[in-house]
Amino acid sequence: MNDTLPPVIVGAGPAGICAAKTLVAAGLRPIVIDEGFRAGGQIYRRPFVDDGRSATDLYGSEAAKATRLHREFDGLLPSIDYMPQALVWNIAGNELHLMADGKHHQIGFQNLILSTGATDRILPFPGWTLPGVYTLGAAQTALKVQGCTIGRNVVFLGSGPLLYLVAWQYVKAGGNVAAVLDTAPFSAKLNLLSAFRFDPRLVLIGMSYAARLVSRGVKIRYNVRPTRVDGSQYVEGLSFKSGTKVHSIACDAIAYGFALRPETQLADLSGCTFRFDDRDRTWLPVTDEAGRTSSQGVYLAGDGSGIAGADAAEISGELAALALIQDSGTTVDPGRMSALVKARRRKAGLRDILEKAFPFPDNWFDQIPGYTKLCRCEEVTVSTVIDTINGGELRELNRLKALSRSGMGRCQGRMCSAAMAEVLSATQHLKLADIGRLRAQAPVKPLPLLLQEGGS
Amino acid sequence: MSAHHSRSQFQRHFRRDEAHVPFSIDGIAYSGRRGDTVLVAIMSATDRLRLSEFTAEPRAGFCLIGACQDCFVTLACGRRVRACTTPLEAQMAFVTRERGNE
Repeated sequence: MNDTLPPVIVGAGPAGICAAKTLVAAGLRPIVIDEGFRAGGQIYRRPFVDDGRSATDLYGSEAAKATRLHREFDGLLPSIDYMPQALVWNIAGNELHLMADGKHHQIGFQNLILSTGATDRILPFPGWTLPGVYTLGAAQTALKVQGCTIGRNVVFLGSGPLLYLVAWQYVKAGGNVAAVLDTAPFSAKLNLLSAFRFDPRLVLIGMSYAARLVSRGVKIRYNVRPTRVDGSQYVEGLSFKSGTKVHSIACDAIAYGFALRPETQLADLSGCTFRFDDRDRTWLPVTDEAGRTSSQGVYLAGDGSGIAGADAAEISGELAALALIQDSGTTVDPGRMSALVKARRRKAGLRDILEKAFPFPDNWFDQIPGYTKLCRCEEVTVSTVIDTINGGELRELNRLKALSRSGMGRCQGRMCSAAMAEVLSATQHLKLADIGRLRAQAPVKPLPLLLQEGGS
Repeated sequence: MSAHHSRSQFQRHFRRDEAHVPFSIDGIAYSGRRGDTVLVAIMSATDRLRLSEFTAEPRAGFCLIGACQDCFVTLACGRRVRACTTPLEAQMAFVTRERGNE
């Protein structure tokens, strides 16, 4: 084995940037591979062209962190090998397969830090595939990166800290917010009081969004369940249940989601052991507190190893890099490592409380009609999925995928795997932990069929 | 179904005065702005990206970060691109199935 292979980092969000900085400080020259045009990840993503907005306009209360990370990464450029707009689509043994500039590349590695981030966690309801319905993250990206709102009059729906943040960002940018519809009861928000001891600044900022929305006349409703999107070609309104009553509200766009889900496909392909996490209702790669996995030389950082937010991603990025350096036989400052581990634990404590304040909705599928599309790629309905489960007495997710085609489309289950798991567990009265998890498949995202050889 | 969908879904709040970038959908001329993704250019001019393969229902993307793969569009040369992560280039010519192009 070649002893001089450089460490590789996949993903250039807050975790990847901090990992790169730490490796460079130790005298290493990492390869940083990122799908984005510019480093920053989703949260600190930068517009393609300057549109006159300041960092505060773009990143709000997190502007200073965004600016610092962008500056740090730009400063690292002479000391790293940076591959933007590059998709790692497979890990085979100790080799990464990627597409960059329309060409195929293979990169061998001994040490790999995966900081692959997260996507919106989604559940289906009637009409969710209509033009004008987007994820909360999409609504935020449209505004932050492209300076657009997803419609003229937008309903914000679901659960999670993004719900109030993005609604406020839309109001501030001059968009009209028709309503904020929280699927959680108001009482859930009282949990935020116990988050004060972990991060009073964050809690105050978070609560201020709701207050500012109300002061601008935006209606906030709690304990809501959407019944359908109104309209046949595009969004014309939203019907929803609040208590026992059904209401309709006019709007031309809907932004919705239920917090985030980690992107774990590459960790899976690298052979990492997974465990079921009750709080996040999903399978996560097993790591130690520094981000070491069960796969030799593979480290995880950021939301891709479990949703914990951008500040925790910075901490875990540095920790994973220090673990890598330590495992390569170089001494690291033990005080620094234990301080980072402690800081990471505090962030995890905060995350426990946020999950209670912005909970995943219970019994979602009790009120979802069978004709609802569960899988938007292959257009498989909820009733087809339930019939497939009952007909085959299925008890395992990969069988359900094989027989129903749900989860088999282009998104590889990113948008439907949470729904598949909830339906299978409810239909068969099994625990989520007992129905398995969708295996990652290469390529993790679609590739053009003709890829030129680009070298190693 | 008409190929003209003059109702714009997205609303621009910034970069309104950027240089115009011409493109077309089924031969009809539109213009985006410098710095647009393909998705933002199309959705700021019309209200859909494509028709779904199974039910021919309109689709317009979903996640905008390259994860859901819902926003692919087809260029006249036959190449498919993911609209949310592809920068708009002048003279891009998109084709849809709306006028029997496929």
